[in-house]
Formats: sequence, structure tokens, C-alpha cells
Amino acid sequence: MSRMRNALLAGAALLAMPAAAQDFVITNATVVVGDGSAPVEGGTVVVRGGKVIAAGAGVAVPAGAQVIDGIGKWVTPGIVVALTDLGLVDVDGVSETNDFTKGSGPFSAALDVAPAINPSAQPIAVSRAGGVTRAAVVPAAGGSIFAGQGAIIDLGADPSAITAARVFQYVELGENGAQLAGGSRLTSHALLRNALREARDFSRMSEPLRGGTRAPVDSGDDIPIDPRLASNNGERDDDVLLTRFDVAALVPVVNGRQPLYIRAERAADIRAALALKREFPALRLVLVGATEGWLAASEIAAAGVPVIASGLVDLPGSFEQLAATQSNIGRMSAAGVKVAIGNLRDNDQPRYAPQYAGNLVALGRVPGATGLSWGQAFAAISSIPAEILGMGGRFGSLKAGRSGDVVIWSGDPLELSSAPEAVWIDGIAQPLDNHQTRLRDRYRTAGEGDLPKAYDW
Amino acid sequence: MIMKYGLRGAAALACALGLTACATTGETRSATSGKGSSGKASPAANFDKDPYPSSYKPYAGAPTALVGATIYDGAGGRIDNGTVLLSGGKVEAVGGPDLSIPEGYTRIDASGRFVTPGIIDIHSHLGDYPSPSVAAHSDGNEATDPTTPNVWAEHSVWPQDPGFSRALANGGITALQVLPGSANLMGGRSVTLKNVASRTVQGMKFPGAPYGFKMACGENPKRVYGGKNRIPSTRMGNFAVNRATWIKAQEYRRKREAGKLETRDLGMETLVGVLDGDILVHNHCYRADEMALVLDMAREFGYKVTAFHHAVESYKIADLLKASGTCSAIWADWWGFKMESYDGIPENAALLQNGGACVVIHSDDANQIQRLNQEAAKAQADGRRMGIDIPDATVIRWLTLNPATAMGIADQTGSLAPGKMADVVLWNGNPLSVYARPDKVWVDGALLYDASDPKRRPVSDFELGQPGMGDTK
Repeated sequence: MSRMRNALLAGAALLAMPAAAQDFVITNATVVVGDGSAPVEGGTVVVRGGKVIAAGAGVAVPAGAQVIDGIGKWVTPGIVVALTDLGLVDVDGVSETNDFTKGSGPFSAALDVAPAINPSAQPIAVSRAGGVTRAAVVPAAGGSIFAGQGAIIDLGADPSAITAARVFQYVELGENGAQLAGGSRLTSHALLRNALREARDFSRMSEPLRGGTRAPVDSGDDIPIDPRLASNNGERDDDVLLTRFDVAALVPVVNGRQPLYIRAERAADIRAALALKREFPALRLVLVGATEGWLAASEIAAAGVPVIASGLVDLPGSFEQLAATQSNIGRMSAAGVKVAIGNLRDNDQPRYAPQYAGNLVALGRVPGATGLSWGQAFAAISSIPAEILGMGGRFGSLKAGRSGDVVIWSGDPLELSSAPEAVWIDGIAQPLDNHQTRLRDRYRTAGEGDLPKAYDW
Repeated sequence: MIMKYGLRGAAALACALGLTACATTGETRSATSGKGSSGKASPAANFDKDPYPSSYKPYAGAPTALVGATIYDGAGGRIDNGTVLLSGGKVEAVGGPDLSIPEGYTRIDASGRFVTPGIIDIHSHLGDYPSPSVAAHSDGNEATDPTTPNVWAEHSVWPQDPGFSRALANGGITALQVLPGSANLMGGRSVTLKNVASRTVQGMKFPGAPYGFKMACGENPKRVYGGKNRIPSTRMGNFAVNRATWIKAQEYRRKREAGKLETRDLGMETLVGVLDGDILVHNHCYRADEMALVLDMAREFGYKVTAFHHAVESYKIADLLKASGTCSAIWADWWGFKMESYDGIPENAALLQNGGACVVIHSDDANQIQRLNQEAAKAQADGRRMGIDIPDATVIRWLTLNPATAMGIADQTGSLAPGKMADVVLWNGNPLSVYARPDKVWVDGALLYDASDPKRRPVSDFELGQPGMGDTK
């Protein structure tokens, strides 16, 4: 324990300087690889150069390594939360601080979340203290069915949050999409199809393909900016609906280079979303929400479309969620669908992900319900969201070569009594203090002391 | 407005004249104090205080013995390998392994399982903001005037809200207080319900429960009415409107007691009920500094704040809250969703408990009402990590006896004391673990949820014939 504290202090000291990855080994811990396998007792995790070198039982401790005794502790990959508002919001209800629910203005699909991310926002610090190390961020759709392009961030206490920008496009179908489209599902489907057709036409007709000479603009990202986004050239018909930037942003979607995340809740909306692939075969779909997904589980599985579902929706909160049940994720998983627990924002805080996963384990003991095994449940908040985001090779598990995103927990991470005691991102020890912990320390006793509370900091 | 209240006034008049049978619960004070110099009771003073009486009758239950369980009795006690006897709708006895089980009891082997009193949510909007949450169902805020003490939440409750059944099956909720929303400074009367399916709200009303009165400070009232360009648009406006209204209520009470009132005023009747101590104040309030001001306002006008709700900053004034005997009804760890919640911390409950103040864990949410036990467990763990160790049995009290006390029903429920209502949850594990769920739930000794019996779970009218009807939820 004291060795761990020392390690943390060393990490904290490093943070004052330009952050550097630590090389360290955690021994004697219950190790959770995060790939769906069961926890391994007495395991070892080796991190070097910011990467996981090895994790599990029977792993040799490299000579000279800094060793942290993990006896009685659990070690896991950091929690990955797919689809949240982290970095876009300081206080949801304070409009000036909220870049999540604002999305009107002239553009839609072209909106790019990356430049708006604020790594210093308190919700990031609080989520980090909850063991969340990576997140996929996308704004709410505002003036259009398209919310724009989401990014993947890390929750490290450093200025560079973006792991990957413009990773996916997000579109609302269902009730919300209908409202955004001007009133009905008919309109939202027409708008979506028109947008994809305009993108297909634009892709065929405009300059880069006609000339065939221009390479994609290299921005250093995984998905390069389409050259059309950096150009005002290229003729278009007069009767187009989308702006040049919006249609250009949809070119990688219709060409299958950028996944399209579709929010759909009711079974009929899910089927209508899956049917899009018949018209636009290159689409790479991800379903978001899918409250009634269990009613179409075999079709979703057959289409090979993964799902980012909310953990515990069991109320008919709307007419598109009539069949809601907490067994949704378990039933879809059992049918062969790749399902992540996600969509955590506002009062559904990212740090609740382990609690939700634990609840799905609890369902295994409720007659008639379908839950997840412990290993599956943890994977649903680590490796599975990472895989859906296309990042399974980079983070989300403790397999060799993954980022050194590591959390030491006081106990079973899905249990309510447990909490992170140490967090590393890319092998860099992270501070776990924040506005909340400072308030806690100041108000350990309520009364004023010799000086007002304001002097206690 | 006049039409709406005219009918009720006529009924009250008929009641006062002895033309109809009238419920007399709680009537004594006004019936005796409302006489003027003439000695005649005025209509404004002598009226039916319970015009929508509870029609709830306990359902049938068999004498039952839960044997070998870990028992949290709700009052802070714990018995390992304990036995609970339920009979005649009441808790008959609670004891250890030596407690003898009379003949004729259905014996349930509860070894490895846990027994608690029924969980109680002091802050719910089930029924007045029901599922599905369509605009036609938005019945929680009469946001047309900053003070609406005249409205009663029970007149908005839709008994077919599917949320009641989820709260029962997943949360073990057996009683709840449904409150008006927080758009108004004075939102109206709450209603306390037993969590039983019923065709009518009267069939759910908790017999003998006092009314609560919903108040709200801070951002919501000033935002709603400031947005309509009327008072209050500031926190000082909030207090000015509240104080002016309490002054009117005091005048109303004086005139009524002097027999000088002929006309009833529904809002004033509620406010005088508060001043008389018959109606309990539940005040939505986030910030510590505002709670301190409200406590002074309550002293100024001679009423008590029973509980501050959503009180995310209570930990800053645990000493003041202990001194005033005011409970904090709180979430475990909600924070930061609005400016006045920015200083919320997960250690709030533990710091309050440690400071000797009353803690109640509430939901205000159709989802979290299904997991109040988990919220309490998180709050307990956050306390433990800062060195405040709170026993499991005390934590269970946050969900049982403490809310029952703050709702004025602790003489009937909230703990497993002999003679109290047999509102009981049998959990399949420790309810402070994420892996536990209710196995069975009894309300007044009637088994109303059984995880192993698909028919022993309520399905609301709304869900009939819909996809997922009767599914595990």
C-alpha cells in the first residue's frame, strides 16, 4: 500500500513537469484483462514505455522494475465510455458552458467535436477519479438529424485530449430524429437518404475524383480530412440541400471510411436503419440506444452491426421504448450482437459505468432475466466499446501492446463499495483530486475554525 | 378557477351542515378553533380536511416466517441468522434463531438472504410525471404562478404509471411521497402512497399519512418566473414572495380563528396547515447559504422545515441542520448538472451522518427509485474512504425509518417493529451490494412481488397488449 502511495506521489510529481510515462509492474493483484475473460487472481501487470507488455498469471517481473504490490487489489484496463458529453460541458444547466446541446447554426454533418474539447473541465477530472480513461464524445443533434463528427479522447490531466478526431458521424432517427427533421420519421428518412445521395454524387463528381491527382489532406489523424473539406472547388447541382462542408463530411460515410452511428430505439426503427445498407452498401453502421434491440436481436447480429446501449433502461419512457427491459443487453449479447454499455452523460455519469455493468451481472440471478457474466460485463465497459470505436488494438484491454491505461481498484470494480486507488493513462500516473475532493477535505467538519473556511485550502 | 373550486366548496358546506357523511380526519383543530363571537363555526374554518380519503385496504396475506436471514430492522439494528414473523398484515415478531415459529406460518428459508423493511422514497414524481413522458402526461408543475399552495399532487397522479411496478420489483419500494415539481416557490401539497397497483389514486393513498408541502428555493422559481418577466426573477425575489405569502397566511389564520372568514381559500388552508404543524414542509434547496436563510424564514413565521430535498450542500451546514432537526433528502452523488449543484460531493451523506444530522436517500427519478439501496451503498463507501465508517444497518435506515419519520408515517412503517405494517423486502443478497435484487416484497403482509412467480408482478393498464408485457423489467 505504501509502495503504491509512493508510486502515486512519484506520478503526481511527474505531472508538475511535462508528463512522462512510468515503467511499472503491479503484482499479486486480481487482474482483469477486459477481453471478456474471467478475473485472474494473483496476477501481474507489466507496463513499459506507456504500453502494456503483459498481464495475467505467470507473468515474469522484469529485473529492476518498479513494483507495486497489488495484494487485495483489482487491476483493470481503464473504463471506456462510448458516447458522452465529457469535455463539452462544465455545468449542463449553465448555457454558456454547454457545447453539448447547442448544435444549431448553418452546419450539421460537418460539425467536428474535437476543437471544442476542454481537458480541464471538472466532469473529466471527476470521471477520471472514477476510473474512466477514454471516451467517445459527440454533441447532441441540434438543428439537424446529424449531430456531427465524434472524437475519442483520453481523460489524462494534460493539454492534449484528442486520441482520434472525426472517428464517426452521428445521426438521429426515431422520435428525436423525426422532431429534428421537421416532424416525422418520413422526413428524417428522406433527409438522411438525400444527404447520403448528395454525398455519393459529390464524391463522384467533384474535383478530387475527376482530377484523380490530389491525395487526402494529411492532418495526422487516423481518418484524414477529405480534400473536399479543404477546398471550395467542385461544381454541384443547384437543387442540393446540404452545404458544401456538410456534404463533404458525409463522403467518408457513404464510402464506408467513417462509421455512421444511428440512434434508433424501437424495433421498427432499428430494422429501418439496418435496411439502409441495401441502398448504401458501403455504410458501416453502429446502432445507438436500441432499447427494443432484443426484439430484433437476430437481425442485428446477422447484419454484423454493433450496438451502444444504455445500461438499465426498463421504463416505457416513450412510445419507441415500450418493450424496454434491463435484459436488453444480455439478450442481444446472447444473440451474438456486440454490445457496449454506454450513452452516459448528464446525471447518468460516466463513472456509473461499472455500477451498470454490475447490475447486468445481478440479472443473472433474477428468474426470467438475461444478464451478462462478470467478464462480459466488464468487457462491455472496456474492450467492447473500444472495438466498436475501431480502437480495440490501441486501448480497452490489458492485452500486450495496448495503451497503459490501467486502474488499481480497492476491490471488485463492479461493486458499489469499490473505487479506483490509482489511475494511469498511457502509462502516466494521473491525479485523482478535483473540485469535489477539495470540498470534501475542507468540510470534513462543518463549523468554522480560527479562520473562515476560505483560508483552508 | 371559481367554477373549479365552487363544487368543492359546496361539498364542504354540505359537510359542515351535516348533510352528508364526511371524513373527519384531522378536523378537530379547525372545528373547535373556528368559532367567532357568535359561537357559530364559519365555513372557512369548519370543513372536510380529507375530501379524497384513502380507500386502500390491505390485500390478503398468509402468516409468514422468514427464517435464517440477515435482518436490517430499519431502525439501525441488525440480526444475523434472524427470523421475522408476519401475520395479519403486521410485523408480528423479529428475533434471532431462538424465536419460535407458531403453527400455521408459511416458512421461507431465507438463509444467505437479507430482510429489510420496505424501501421508502421521500421524493418521487411517479404518477405526476409518468411514463411515457409525453407532453400530455406532464402534470407535475402548475407553473402558472410562483405560489400554488392550492394544488394537490394527488390530483395529478396517474395510477397506471408503469414506473410504480419497476420501483416495486427492482427497488423494493413499498411507500413513496409524490411531490409537485419545483418550478414554484410553493408547489402544492404532496401525497404519500403505498406502492400498490390500483385503479384510483385513493386506492394507493397511505392511510393516515399527513400531507406534505412542497417548496423550492433557488434557480428554478426565479428562472421560470423571471422568464415570464415577473417576480421572482432573483433569489431575493424568491424570499420576498415567500414572506409576503406567509404574512397572508398568518392573517388568514388569525381571521379564521376569530370566526371572521366566510370564504374558503384552498391555498391558505394548506399554508395554515403548515403553520399549525399538520402539514410537513419539504423544501427543494441545493445551496447551504440558502438553506440557512430558509431556516430563518421558518423561524420568522413559525413553521418547521421537515426536510431539505436535493440538498447537495448540506454537508457545509451539518451543524445547523442538526440543530434545527431538519433532514437532508439527497442523492448519493448527483452534481454539476446546474449551477446550484456544482458543489455536490459524494461524501454528503456520510458527513451529515457524522455530524449528527438526519440523512434520507431519495431519488427524484423513475430510474434511481429502482436502486435507492445502491445509491445508499455508494454514499456509505464514499464515507468509508474518508474515514467515516457507517454500519450497514444505519445505512439501511436512510431508506426506511428516516424517510418514514420525515413523512410522518414512522408510527406505521419504516422499521420491523412488532405491530407495524408488514412492509418487507426479502433480498437475494446484501442490498448494499450491486449484485442484490429483491426476491419478494410484501405490502401490509400481502406478497405483491415474487421474482420466481411471473404472475406475481403488476402490469399496468398501459402495458397490456404491448410488446414486453409482463416481461422481467
